Amino acid sequence: MSHIDRHPILSPPTGKTVQFTFDGRTLEGIEGEAVSSALVANGVTVFGHHPKDGAPQGLFCANGQCSRCTVVIDGRAVKSCITPLEEGMQVEPLRGRPPAPRESVLSDEVEKLAVRALIVGAGPAGLKAALELGKRGVETLIVDDKDRPGGKLVLQTHNFFGSIDDCHAGTRGVDIATRLADELKAFPSVRLWLESQAVGVFSDGKIGVLREGKRYALVECESLLVAAGARERALAFPGCDLPGVYGAGAFQTLVNRDMVPSSRRIFIVGGGNVGLIAAYHALQAGIEVAGVCEALPSVTGYKVHADKIRRLGVPVFEGTTIVSANGRDRVESVTVARADESLRPVEGTWRTFACDTLLVAVGLEPVNEFARQAESFGFKVHAAGDADRIAEASAAMFGGKIAGLNMLKELGYDVEIPPDLARTAEILRSKPGEIVARPEPPLEKEVFPVLHCSQPIPCNPCTSVCERNGLKLEEVFGNILDLPTFDSSVDCTACGKCAAICPGLAITLVDRRKPRPGFAKVVVPYEMNLDAQPGDEFDATDVYGNLLGRFPLLKVRRAKFQDRRSLLVLEVPREVAHKIAGVRVQDPEIILHEITPPILPETTPDDVIVCQCERVTAGEIRQKIREGVRDLNALKSIRVGMGACGGKTCGSLVLRLFREEGVDPHDVKPGTIRPLAFEVPLEAFAGKTKE
Amino acid sequence: MAKTDYDAIVIGAGSIGTPTALFLSRAGLRVKVIEAAASAGQGQNKTAIGGIRATHSDPGKIWLCTDSLEVFRHWEENEGGDIGWIQGGYVFPAYTPEHAELLQNLVAQQRKAGLEIDWISPKRLEEIVPGIIAEGLEGSTHSPGDGSASPLLCASEFERVAKKHGAEFAYRQRVTGIRVETDGTKVVETAQGEIRAEWIVNAAGTGADRIGEMLGTSIPLCPDNHEAGITEPVERFFEPMVVDIRSAPGSKNYYFYQNTEGQIVFCITPDPPLYGVDIRATSEFLPMVASRMVGLLPRLGAIRVRRTWRGQYPNTPDGIPIIARDPSTEGVIHAVGMCGQGFMLGPGVARLVTRMILGEKAEHDEEILRLWSIDRDFGAADEALR
Repeated sequence: MSHIDRHPILSPPTGKTVQFTFDGRTLEGIEGEAVSSALVANGVTVFGHHPKDGAPQGLFCANGQCSRCTVVIDGRAVKSCITPLEEGMQVEPLRGRPPAPRESVLSDEVEKLAVRALIVGAGPAGLKAALELGKRGVETLIVDDKDRPGGKLVLQTHNFFGSIDDCHAGTRGVDIATRLADELKAFPSVRLWLESQAVGVFSDGKIGVLREGKRYALVECESLLVAAGARERALAFPGCDLPGVYGAGAFQTLVNRDMVPSSRRIFIVGGGNVGLIAAYHALQAGIEVAGVCEALPSVTGYKVHADKIRRLGVPVFEGTTIVSANGRDRVESVTVARADESLRPVEGTWRTFACDTLLVAVGLEPVNEFARQAESFGFKVHAAGDADRIAEASAAMFGGKIAGLNMLKELGYDVEIPPDLARTAEILRSKPGEIVARPEPPLEKEVFPVLHCSQPIPCNPCTSVCERNGLKLEEVFGNILDLPTFDSSVDCTACGKCAAICPGLAITLVDRRKPRPGFAKVVVPYEMNLDAQPGDEFDATDVYGNLLGRFPLLKVRRAKFQDRRSLLVLEVPREVAHKIAGVRVQDPEIILHEITPPILPETTPDDVIVCQCERVTAGEIRQKIREGVRDLNALKSIRVGMGACGGKTCGSLVLRLFREEGVDPHDVKPGTIRPLAFEVPLEAFAGKTKE
Repeated sequence: MAKTDYDAIVIGAGSIGTPTALFLSRAGLRVKVIEAAASAGQGQNKTAIGGIRATHSDPGKIWLCTDSLEVFRHWEENEGGDIGWIQGGYVFPAYTPEHAELLQNLVAQQRKAGLEIDWISPKRLEEIVPGIIAEGLEGSTHSPGDGSASPLLCASEFERVAKKHGAEFAYRQRVTGIRVETDGTKVVETAQGEIRAEWIVNAAGTGADRIGEMLGTSIPLCPDNHEAGITEPVERFFEPMVVDIRSAPGSKNYYFYQNTEGQIVFCITPDPPLYGVDIRATSEFLPMVASRMVGLLPRLGAIRVRRTWRGQYPNTPDGIPIIARDPSTEGVIHAVGMCGQGFMLGPGVARLVTRMILGEKAEHDEEILRLWSIDRDFGAADEALR
């Protein structure tokens, strides 16, 4: 394996190729990329073995939170996902406990500074808030643990929903990140510290920040914004601890940030937007998607996201739950089953599909412990974005803007916060509505768009771009949740702008002018790698991915403002033209390698690993609950939450076990939050200080 | 005593209360523990770093910790559970001639008291603690019988075995009042109801003075704060608890060891003391302790700190604990003011309290009760080696 050298949206990596070794083998990677990505690009999935039971360990969060990707470099244990690759690096797998260090490197003195506003997280919310503060010249510091601003925006190759005026709808997340970061450069009062983690909040009014993994700074501020985003919710099932099982966010980091083709064929658990989008990103990276399963009766993400991947040939299994990930040293297959009403697998409905990676995308949790602790210490603290409430990035941008204005107010500036800002933010946070019947396309017309969306979501870019103003929102909600309709009194010119901007790729155009008798042209938006020549045939599907036929390409159009989306013009029989919603990129029947008989886990549910850092099983935790433990702090005696992540990964899983044992989670005392949020070498604190 | 629900009520499931429940129930008493927190050891017990030594200068501490060490040392073979015990010893290195003299004098006294402690050469210390700074090192004490255990595991184990012997633990119950009935039955009142017993053991840690007030007894407590931390695990590379008794700007002594998991656990004493019961961490601690630890043992610098916290030493004015029958109410025993050493004193104190209730007496009991009495003169001089 190497890096992805062709991607419809992203440019291949251009960094210098360097040599490094892993376990004595010489490998190549790209200078500055995460060591974990370089390893995965070389096909390494097992990074070490856990000291407790020798279980294989590999990449998991790709976000510096857990410690599953720990390797040894220069005699030190490091998290490979946040360690940049250097020429000649000697990387060793971690066998058992990290080695005792031989020496330390003292850093500079602990830096102390005071700013008026401190923002933790330079994602969509943090950047928007900083822009508001910057406009007023407020001395602001933003800290972010990544090497570029934008947060999760930089992983988003798809176009955003919402409205163009409010939140860059129709623009790709990765491009929004660049745009916001560029805007920020105009404001000299805003300082941005990258590769810097806020590691602790202290009762004496200071925030500890680790800069570039080695220098420590203590920052005081008058107003604090926590916009640290979300973490992925974990799921416990047999095999959940195998290398090759990871979060959708980790996958996007590998594939979209580091351009590493992590897998050949993935399976995704969870039909929310994160899981559905991950499937789309996989296909763009040339990775097969064996399927997406959702335990609820239907996907919970936007229907347009689900339809989009169905059309491309991804099987979506609704009412289907994960049973196990199977394999020895990494994932080789996944077993799923029909889910009953309580979302448990139904006996005898097991199916096993071959895949090499299993993505867990079962929801997000706000990273809010920092804000909560700051609040308890008397900080003036705001939260925005996912750290406040889990929602789309468009809502996060709005929340950030509002938070920025509130911070200005708090700092004594005369600020008016328009009430419609909060209303818009609320609309952008809306859950998708009920699916509704849509009007038939105006078949009496020669040229018309077909709107394949049927579920209210906050989205209206198509109505902003129509040359003839022929697309309007219905008036049910009176806001951008309304679905668009085509005004058939307008003559569509087939300009293609609506098809080019629709974030859901849910608009096609039918043009029956100048036809071969009995045929029509249909314009289909497409964002995958494209090699096709006119005359090549595509498998066209309806909105749900059902095959309608194989039709030739007439030509490829591109919209100027959407240069990385192709508009395929297919020649199709006149009567199916309006039904066509997309084309396949993979054949679901070929992709789905079903293994029979199905593979069932050899272990009992009590053997499932819940605390991955310390490898504590569900059975050990259940035993404690049955003994009467009602305090997460008391579970530390079996090391739950004592690992690198401090219980952030397994916290919700443990509460679920309490619930299963008949204990109301409200009766369970939460674990005490203590600094540090992130492990810091002692030497970083020990810098020579001026006395 | 048909009117009582229990023979003894232990107030507090911490460093003292939990082992006390264990030894009382093992002796056949019906025991109820009342604890305000949601589980055992959630007060100052869990903020202890886990050091256990008999090598004190106060005779009471020497006797009781010697007794405690027996319990910790043989716990696993006797009870089958893991408490993270390591008999790694303690070292107090001396980096000034004055400290060398002070410590050597102490070694002589402690040896006279029967303790296993030696004065070792710098070279020997470097073998025991590889990488410790040699410059200025005069020598070190070494007490190989001392060790450490996990307060977390101990609380859990003490509770497990206490329950095995019939002790009951009631959590999230706060004592609101205590009264004595005419027949001498003690009634402990909580929001959840009343519990009757013949005996009450006040083991309420930093809250012990509040329990004293309910009986009209003044317990002089002045808790001060210490901050501690724990690192990621690494291969074990040194055995003992290392105690650096020097002072530096902002701090007095600090100490650290490597636990069974391979994690370095460390703690520092702020100077001047931070009095009060505010357990929220401050930003001062990490830079202060890190520069001192890395200065003493530079290898530590590369190890990553995982978490830090603050805890209290429930001090008495003279630094000596209180174990005493309540001056006015018969059947109440205070085992309080452990001055930051409750964890290591716990089993020893628990056994003493058990003997007091059973009317038994061991060799030093009378002397300890005299030295640690509640009506002593707390203005007496501070102990040499706290």
